[in-house]
Formats: sequence, structure tokens, C-alpha cells
Amino acid sequence: MSLPGDQTTYSGPPPPVRRIVVSEEPTIVEPPRLDPSAPAAAVTGAPLTRRSDSLPASAIVERMRTENLRLYYGDNEAVKGVSLPVCRGEVLALIGPSGCGKTTLLRSLNRLTELTATARREGQIFLDNEDVDRIEVTQLRRRVSMVFQQPNPFPMSIFDNVAYALREGANRKPRKSALMEPVRQALDRAGLLAEVESNLDHPALRLSGGQQQRLCIARSLAAQPEVLLLDEPCSALDPKSTETIEQLIVKLRSEVAVVIVTHNLQQARRIADKVGFMYLGDLVEFGDGEQLFSNPREARTADYVAGSFG
Amino acid sequence: MVLALCAGMVIFVLAKAWPSFASNGIGWFGAGEPDTQLGDIFKSPSAPSEYVYEIGVWPLLWGTILTTGVAVFLGLFFSLFTAIFIVEFAPPRLERLLEPVVRLLAAVPSVVYGLIGILVLVPFVANNLISDERKESVGYVTQLTGASWSVAALVLTVMIVPIMITIIVDALRSVPKGWIEGAAALGVNRWRIMWTISVRTVRPAIIAAVILAAARALGEAIMISMISGSLSFVPQPVDGLTFFFEPVRTLASSIVDNAEGLSVIPFGQTIYAFAFLLLVSSAVLSWAGWAAKIPMRKYGIRP
Amino acid sequence: MSASLTGGRTSAVESSRTWPLIDRIMLAFCWIAGITACVIAFAIVAFMAYKGLEFLRPNLFVERPNATFDQSKSGGFLDPLIGTILLTTMGTLVAIPASVAVAIWLTEYGRPFGLARAVESAVEIIAGTPSIVLAIFGLIIFQQEVFGFLSFRAEGGSVFGRSFFTAALMMSLIALPLIVGATREGLQAIPSHVREASYALGKSKWATIQRVLLPSVRPAIGTGTVLGMGRIAGDTAIVVVLLGASLQIQGYGDIPGLDILRGNGGTLTSYTYVNSPAGEGAAPDKAYAAAFVLLMISIGLNLFVSRLARSGKSASAAATR
Repeated sequence: MSLPGDQTTYSGPPPPVRRIVVSEEPTIVEPPRLDPSAPAAAVTGAPLTRRSDSLPASAIVERMRTENLRLYYGDNEAVKGVSLPVCRGEVLALIGPSGCGKTTLLRSLNRLTELTATARREGQIFLDNEDVDRIEVTQLRRRVSMVFQQPNPFPMSIFDNVAYALREGANRKPRKSALMEPVRQALDRAGLLAEVESNLDHPALRLSGGQQQRLCIARSLAAQPEVLLLDEPCSALDPKSTETIEQLIVKLRSEVAVVIVTHNLQQARRIADKVGFMYLGDLVEFGDGEQLFSNPREARTADYVAGSFG
Repeated sequence: MVLALCAGMVIFVLAKAWPSFASNGIGWFGAGEPDTQLGDIFKSPSAPSEYVYEIGVWPLLWGTILTTGVAVFLGLFFSLFTAIFIVEFAPPRLERLLEPVVRLLAAVPSVVYGLIGILVLVPFVANNLISDERKESVGYVTQLTGASWSVAALVLTVMIVPIMITIIVDALRSVPKGWIEGAAALGVNRWRIMWTISVRTVRPAIIAAVILAAARALGEAIMISMISGSLSFVPQPVDGLTFFFEPVRTLASSIVDNAEGLSVIPFGQTIYAFAFLLLVSSAVLSWAGWAAKIPMRKYGIRP
Repeated sequence: MSASLTGGRTSAVESSRTWPLIDRIMLAFCWIAGITACVIAFAIVAFMAYKGLEFLRPNLFVERPNATFDQSKSGGFLDPLIGTILLTTMGTLVAIPASVAVAIWLTEYGRPFGLARAVESAVEIIAGTPSIVLAIFGLIIFQQEVFGFLSFRAEGGSVFGRSFFTAALMMSLIALPLIVGATREGLQAIPSHVREASYALGKSKWATIQRVLLPSVRPAIGTGTVLGMGRIAGDTAIVVVLLGASLQIQGYGDIPGLDILRGNGGTLTSYTYVNSPAGEGAAPDKAYAAAFVLLMISIGLNLFVSRLARSGKSASAAATR
């Protein structure tokens, strides 16, 4: 396909036809030489670079706490007596093999487990030292927001998606102009604003997977939550989007308490300040991310982190 | 084969109905006195050149539109709320009860509705709701027997509601759970979730439900012929409360009422013209109802 | 771990007491609507049962109806009952092969694409066509000379067009969309690897349909058929226009059996209609009794469908269409 202009200016002979010689030896491409000075993280298994350093201890404030939390689906005990602190200023990652109760634990933090008919809870959860059962559930969920594994933008425009929580939270319907600023802010915090700024009215379902997930994060952030729960937010995404979201999480931790459930050990290692390892409903080990990965106290943790099961 | 049948249906009915349309022109749809005009057509001379065709079916159209419109309008609200109730708010035991109830309402033959209407509702309306003064006030144009368009529309509502409930319930159930959870996680209460997410998503299905219900209501003949009074009267909204007690006749019910005389050629042709109009409108409506559901497929929902 | 609002219940935990007023009003509407639906249904059944049982006598089932204003002499509804059974059976017998064929062609072949689409919407249109229009159409068709053998001739020699044959043929059109829909749903529910397994064993397409697919959609066909039977038994318009809606079955011709099918008659629906004040108004009591029997037939067929749907895998989504 050529532009009309090309046809008028090009007057030389047609380009030569290249012959493909079959008998010739194939060229073997040399693998790129690694710079010896750079840490060859992926190859040697040396410690991964963390996305950032921990925040100073003064910035860390405990927001939520579970005490001897037990969750059942029917007769099946999914979470067996877990006590955990959730702090602002730290990213808490929950790791463990599938079906070990990570997601259930996470969902119970804003009482989403109550949507499941068979689910039952024992033990207590506190938000700022207040029992969550005493907080009105919609209020609680406004303060403790959640992003799901599958991006689930609503079938509306990008703007309406982000403004959804604001509109529903307000007593009187706010005007669109009044919502523009908080919406843009939320999109900006989720690192999506630059990509969608010019087409806020486009349907959200037409965005790519990574953009959709960031939109969901923006939607949660718009309501100014105090705790953000992320349930494997990157499992359906490509590496590029994953990186964006990881950077976003690290940036967010100074403002909101972040809990992330992940399958991906490297990801937990990259972003988490605190890591909890769960196995078959038990919280096996909880500690600083660095310590848990490099020097686990429990044999099961060591085996899992080393990749011998899971 | 089915296709041929469909096409044949349109062509045959149109061919039979054509003389009536042709001789009246646009006036066919205009105002008239269908009851007396039909009588004249029935008595028209037997020589083909002297056939009487003159008719203006506006009163019948108005009756059809009035009953169908009111029934669909009432039915929409009723069925939307019932559907939301079934899907979301009904306690499990009530939900298990409601589903057979809806199926039952759909299964009751129209003649049973008609029977209840004519033997229970009509006398009730005539004896309790219409005062003698009201009967006298319009005595010079028509009789208020209790058989009226509003009773017909009410019973019609009960008849079409099950169709709408079924369609809307199916659609509401197919709304992706992720959206509902996502909204719940944002701290939105259950009613607002239903209203802003689920109902919004299934709008195409609601439109389809309305259209299909309208198609059903248009064609309901027996029940309406039994309880609408079956007089080609044009109820005037300006009559105030009396308006609700005035009788009508619809296209479909006039076909049933006049089925005996079809062998009189011009009379039959006029009735076929009614049938053709009904056929076309219901075909358009059912096609539109089918098309209205298409937008939902882009969400991956198969209504 | 999937939680759902739609499947699960949270009423025990999330209370509507904290909701804004408008939301609570809407919720109240939901309750009112739901309860009203139940009340209407029960009122209908209870009222019909009350009236029906009051007037239902065993002799009604065995006596032939007579046209007289004296209710004690007007007989029972033997003929309409036979008419209903006859018409339902004939209509279904015609409808099943036709609609199963259409459904199989649509799902398994479906080519050329445009034709399949057209057929699909044609079925949709037939489903939406009021039965009174079908009746009129049937009358036009069957009054043609060619179809004279299906009915009988009036004195003048023109074909009358009204008989059990013609009515049943049109009735089959009422049942057709229901059976097509149910069969298609059943066929679509069969995973494609079942078909592939059959092809892998070297069976032809036709053999696959015959031996593999048809047996497994039998419950679906059954569901559709029973729904169709309910619709046929409950229809009045076609009976009034195409069957003559006479009280007694009037045979025509001299071949036993065939004469009835070529003749006129009535069903329970037309009997109810004729005996109500809207018809001759002769016997409202008997109309109640007949309507009650009719209602019982409909409810019975419906229960049967739910039973079928529960035992088979077939969906009963089409139940009210």
C-alpha cells in the first residue's frame, strides 16, 4: 500500500526480487550477552529488586485486625482461626496454593462473604478497633473496598464507572461537572488518566484487560476507601499492565492500607512489606516479606517458597 | 416449509382482504361506526358490483390500543417489581412458590379468565362501582353494563404479566455476578445494585418483554370479547371517571364475534382485513422483540 | 467460592432498615407485587375450584350437551371433552414431527445461513401471531377447492373449511414454536464432543442425529409437546372459527371415524364460551364446571412439565412463551 505521492515521485526501476536460497546454512542467532555487572535476577534466582523501600515506622498505622477468624462454607472450614493486622503504610500480601482460604479471608474483611448463602463466620474483625459487625454494611464496604480477580467494569461509560460509587454514596444526585474533578483524580491515581482522558464517554467494556483492571481500581479509589483489598488483580493481565498496577499499589500504600492476595510469589516479593503464607486454611507464617522469602521459619513455608509444592 | 407457510399466510390474508382496503383507501383507518357499518356490509346485495365495503375502523383501533397500552403499562411495572422480587428479595420459600405461580398464571386458558371476568368482575363493577346517576348520564349514547375497557385491560394485564416476568427474570439471572459483587464491594445497597446495575443491564430484555407482551395482548380475542362490552364505542378520556366504565371492541374480538358471517363475501373480506392488520402488527412486534434482545449479546448474555 | 446476590440470600444480615427511604419504598413495591401475584393465582384457582366443584357432577362427563335454556336438561360436556382430547392429540401428532425436523435442521445443518435466519424469524413470527389470525388464515386456506376432502361442502357446493382436520392443522402451528424452541435448547445443550465422538466412530451425520442426538433430546421434546398440548387445549379462537364451536360433534360423510374428523364440534373452551353470558348464556353453572375441568387439565400438564424438566436436563425456560 503506497501513498499517492509516492507513485508520482518514484521513477526508478522496480526493487529486485530476492531469491530465497534453501540450501544455505541457517544463521544461528547468538543469545544476547548479559551485562555481568547487572544482577541477573531471573536467571540465577538471586533476590528480586523490590519496587521500593519500606516506609518509616512512623508512617505505619494499624487499621484492621482479625482475631481468631474462622470461616465455613457449610461444614467445610475454609479459614481456621487467623489473626492478622492490616496496616496503612504497608502492603500485606497473602500467598499460598489455590483453595487455601486466601480469597475467603480477604472477602470476609468487608463482609462480602455474606453474599454467599452457605458461608458462616466466627471470630472478630476490627476496623479502627470497631467490630465490623457493628458498622452498617454499606458504610463498611465504602471504607473497605475491593478489586476482583476478573476485571469487572460495569457496562457503562468510563466516566460513569468511576463516578458510580460517588453517585451512589451521595445523598442528592451530584452534577456531572461536580463529579469531573474527583473522577479525574481517581483515574490519575490509578495511572489511567493519560490513556482515557480524551474519551471518558466511551464504554468501559471496550478497554483492554489491563486498562479495565486499573479502571476498577480507580472506581474503588474514587470513593476514598481506607482499606483496599485486591484479589489477584494481575492474574488475568499481561506483564506490562501488571507492572503498572504493582507500581500503583506501592504508591498507594502510604494513603490506604492495601491487602493483596496473589498466587505469584515473585509479585509478592516485589511489592509486599508484610507477607502471610496460608496453607489449607491455616496462617502458617506471617512476617516481613524479605524475611519470609529468604529465611522462612516454617518448613512448609520454605518448601512452598522454594517451589516444591503448590 | 415454515417459511412458505409464513409468507403464504401474509399473501393469502392480504389477497382476501384487499377489496376492503382498496375501496376505503386511507379512510379505512378513519373514524366510523364499525358495528352498523359491518351490519350494512353483511346485508349488502349479492351482486359483486354492488358490494358494500364502507368502514372506518378507528373505534376498533382505539379499543385495541387502549386495552393493550394500559395492560402493557400496568404489566410492565408489576412484572418488573415481581421479577426483581423473585430474583433478589424473595425469601427462598416464597421464591419456590412464586415460580409455579407465574407458570400457572401463564397456563390458565384465556376463556377461564374471560369467564371469571364476565361472571365476577363485570357484575361487581356494575353493582358497586357505577352509580345509577353515572349510568343515566351516558344513557343516550351507550349502556354502562360493567363490561368495560378498564376491566378488560385489568384482566389482560394478569394474562400478559407472566410472559414479561419470565423474560425479565431470565435476563436478571444472567447478569454477570462480577458486576453485582463489584457494586456490592463499593458499598451499594441491594436495591440500588438491582436498580443501577441489573435492571440497567437487562433493559433490552425489558423492552423485548414489553413488545412480546404487547403482541400477545393485541391478539387476545376471546377474553376481551367476553368482558369489554364488545361495542364499537370510542371512550373519551374527557368523560372523567365514566371513561373507565365505557365499553370498547377490539380488532381481535370483532373477528371472533363475527366469525359466523364470513361466508358473506364482502363481510368476510372486511374481517380478513382486520386479520391482516393484526397479523402485520403482531409480526412486526415479534420481530422487534427478537431484535430488541440483540444488544444483550454483546455483554455475553444469552437471553 | 463464587458468591452471588442472586443465588444467595443476605437478608438475615443486610437489613434494609438503614436504606434511604426511597429504596425502602421500592422494596415494599417488590413485596407487594410478589405477594399480589401469589394472591391472584390462588384466588383464581380457589374460586374456580369452589365454583367448579359446586357444579361438577359425574354425569356431566358422560352426557351429551343439548341446546336448551333449561339447565337441568342441557346435558353434560361429553362431546366437548372428546373434542378437546381429539383436537389436542391430532394437533400434537402433526406438530411433533414438523417441529423436531425444523429444530434439527436449524441446529445441526443451518445452511444456507440466510435461510436458517429466515426460518428462525418465521418461527418467531408464528409464535407471536394471535391464534385468531391463525384461525382466519386456516379458514382462507381450507376453503380452497383442493382441501375439500378435509372438511365438507355446504349446500351451495362451496367448501366449508371447518372440521377437526383443519382445526388440528392450525392448532399444530400453535404448538410448533414451543416444540421447536424446547428441542433446539435441548440440542444446543448437548456438548459438541458428543457429536464428535460419534463421528469419530465413523457414523454419518444422519446416523448421529438418529442414534445419538434424538434420544438425548427426548425429554426436551416432551417438555415442548406438553406445553404445546396445554396451549392447544386452552385455545378458543381457533375452535370458534375453524371448528364451528357447536355443542355436539357432528360427523360428516359415511366412513366411520373419518366422518367425525371431517365434521364439526366443540371443545371445553368453546363450551365454556358458549355457555357463558357472552355466548348464549344458557348455563353458567356448566361453564364453571367445564372451565374448572379445563383449568385442571392445564395445571396437570404444567405439573407434568415441571416434573419432566426436573427429571430431564431440559430447560423449562420456554414454559410461558
